[in-house]
Amino acid sequence: MSAAPLIETKNVELFYGSSRALKGIDITIKEKLVTAFIGPSGCGKSTFLRCFNRMNDLIDNVRITGQCLIGGEDIYAKDVDVIELRKRVGMVFQRSNPFPKSIYDNIAYGLRLHGTKDKSEIDGIVESSLRGAALWDEVKDRLHSSALGLSGGQQQRLCIARAIAIRPEIILMDEPASALDPIATVKIEELILELKKEFTIVIVTHNMQQATRISDYTAFFYIGELIEYDLTTKIFTNPAKKQTEDYVTGRFG
Amino acid sequence: MGIHRGHNARPLEWIAEKFIFAVSLSAIAMVFLIFLFVGREALPVFLGDTDSALVQTVIPSKDMEKTAPDRLARYLGMSVSELKTKDADTLRTMMEIREEAANEVPAAVRDDKDAKVDTTEWRYLLKPHQWTGYPKPEYIWQPVSSIHKYNLVPLVIGSLKTTLVGLAFAVPLSLAAALYVSQLAPPSWKEWIKPGIEFLSGIPSVVLGAFAFLVLAGFLQDIFGYRYRLNAFVAGIALGLTAVPLIFSIAEDALTSVPRSYVQAALALGASKWQTAWQVVLPAAAPGVFAAIVLGFGRCIGETMVVLIASGNASVVSWDIFDSTRSLTATIAAEMAEAVNGGHHYRVLFMLGTLLFAVTFTTNLLGDAVMQRLKKQR
Repeated sequence: MSAAPLIETKNVELFYGSSRALKGIDITIKEKLVTAFIGPSGCGKSTFLRCFNRMNDLIDNVRITGQCLIGGEDIYAKDVDVIELRKRVGMVFQRSNPFPKSIYDNIAYGLRLHGTKDKSEIDGIVESSLRGAALWDEVKDRLHSSALGLSGGQQQRLCIARAIAIRPEIILMDEPASALDPIATVKIEELILELKKEFTIVIVTHNMQQATRISDYTAFFYIGELIEYDLTTKIFTNPAKKQTEDYVTGRFG
Repeated sequence: MGIHRGHNARPLEWIAEKFIFAVSLSAIAMVFLIFLFVGREALPVFLGDTDSALVQTVIPSKDMEKTAPDRLARYLGMSVSELKTKDADTLRTMMEIREEAANEVPAAVRDDKDAKVDTTEWRYLLKPHQWTGYPKPEYIWQPVSSIHKYNLVPLVIGSLKTTLVGLAFAVPLSLAAALYVSQLAPPSWKEWIKPGIEFLSGIPSVVLGAFAFLVLAGFLQDIFGYRYRLNAFVAGIALGLTAVPLIFSIAEDALTSVPRSYVQAALALGASKWQTAWQVVLPAAAPGVFAAIVLGFGRCIGETMVVLIASGNASVVSWDIFDSTRSLTATIAAEMAEAVNGGHHYRVLFMLGTLLFAVTFTTNLLGDAVMQRLKKQR
C-alpha cells in the first residue's frame, strides 16, 4: 500500500450559510486504491466527497475554506476550469441517473462533450466502457434503445460506464449501491474491485460490510469531523478511537 | 354493518368528489355546447341552404297561397315553424318588400352576370372567381358590396400570416427566457424575471393593441422602412407579446420539472451549465415545451383585439408580412354587429367561427399526438 498520494486536503471547512458542515478536514487519498467514507447520516461524508469535483458549487450559500489539492494542484484556485476538473474527477450518484436517451448516447454524450467526433472512435469507447462496467453482454443488442428501460442495477452500471468513458483519474461514488438489491450490489462491488486497477476510487457508503469488502482505506466521519482514517483492516479490527469502535461494532449509528 | 357502509361512511368526501366530477364534466359539456351552437348558426352555409344572390327569383305576393310552405319559408329566410307563427298579412307585406327591393336594384347591377350568383357556395368561398370588372380570377372578401363576395382565402392567409409572425417572435424569446430562468439564472434574478414576464399576460389585449397601434407600428416602421404602417408584421409582434407569457410559463414549468439528477449527471461529466441546459434539459422537457408552443399557436390564432387594431384590416391575398392584412377573428369582431341576424353574412361569419374552432381543435389534437410520441421516445 505504498501508492502515491493523489488527493490531499488541508484544513478544509465548509459552511452552509453560517453553519459549519465540515470542520477542518485533513486527509491524503492514495492513487489506484479504494477509499471508503463511512459515518452516520449527516456527518458530512457526502458533502466532503463533493468537494473533490466541486459539485458543492451548485448549492447556494456554500463557502469552502482550506486547501484541496488533486495531483498537487489546488482545485479551488481562481483560475481552475471546473469543466477540466470534472473531466479528471468523475462521479457516480446514489440514485442511478442515466439521461433519457439511448444507452449508446448516454456514453457518447460525455465523449462528444469533450470533443471526440469520430464515429468509429466513439463506437470503440462505448463498447470498451460498457465492457469495463460489465454491462456489454447484457445490452450489446439494444444499444440504441432507451436507457430508462434498463433495471436499476443495469442503470447504475451504465452510469459507471458513462463516468469511465471519459477516462477520469478519480471516480467519486456516493452510495452507489444503496438503492439496489443484493445481487446488483454484488455486481457493483465486483466492478469496483476491477476498476481500481485503473482508477482511484473514493466511495461513500452506509454499508460497513461493503466498506470492508471493497476498500483499502476507510475514513470515519462524525458530525463534520474526520475522526479516524487508516487501513480498512485496522479501522474494523483495531480502531484507535473509541467513537470509531462504537460505530463499526454497531453500538451507535 | 362494519365494513359494509359504502359511501355513507364519509358523506362529505363523497359529495365533494361528485361535485368536482360534475364541474369537470360541465367544462367538457361547455366546449361541446359552444361548438354546437356556433356550428348550428353556420349550418345553412354547410348545407347549401343560404342564397346570397343579389337577384333572386321573385315570388309575386299574389302567389303566396299557391307556394309550398317550405319554399316560402326559405324565400323569406325563416324556418317553417317560424312561418306558422306569422299571420297572412305580415307574410304578404314581407313578400311585397321583397318585390320592391328587387325592383329597386339598378338595371346595370341587375344585368351583371354575377348578380345571380349565390356567393355562399363552396366554389365562391374557396376558389378564385373572375368578378365583373376584374381582369383575372381573384380571391375577394367583400361582404358589403352590392355583390356579396365571401372568399375565405384572404382571411385564412391573414390569420396564418400574423400567427406565424407572432410565433416566430414569441417562441425563441420565451423558450430562451424559460431556459434562462429555469436553468441558468441565479435564484434572486429568477424571483424577478418570472413574475415580470407572467405579468405581461395581465395586460388586456386591447391595451396591448393600442400600444402596438400608437407606439410599436411607428417604431418598427422607422427600423424596417415598410410602406403600410399597420400590417401583419406589427400585428404579429404584438400577438407575440400576448403569447410570450403563456409559452414562457408552460415551458418554464416543463424545464423546471426535469429531474435535478439529469443536471447533476451532465455537470459531473464536465458539461457547462449552458451545455446542460441545451443538450440535456431541453430535450428531456421536449413534450412540455412542445405543448407550450401548441398552446401559443392557439392563443395567437384566436386573439382578436390586437389584430383588429394593429393589422390594418385589409383583406388582401399576399404572403408579404409587410402588407396590411385581416384575420378571421378580426373579421368576425368587426362585422358581426353589422350583419343581419340570420342573413347570409351572419351565417358566413359563424362559419368562420366554426372554422377557427376546428383549426384550434385539430392543432391541439395533433399536438397531443406528437407529445405522446415524444414521451414514448425516452
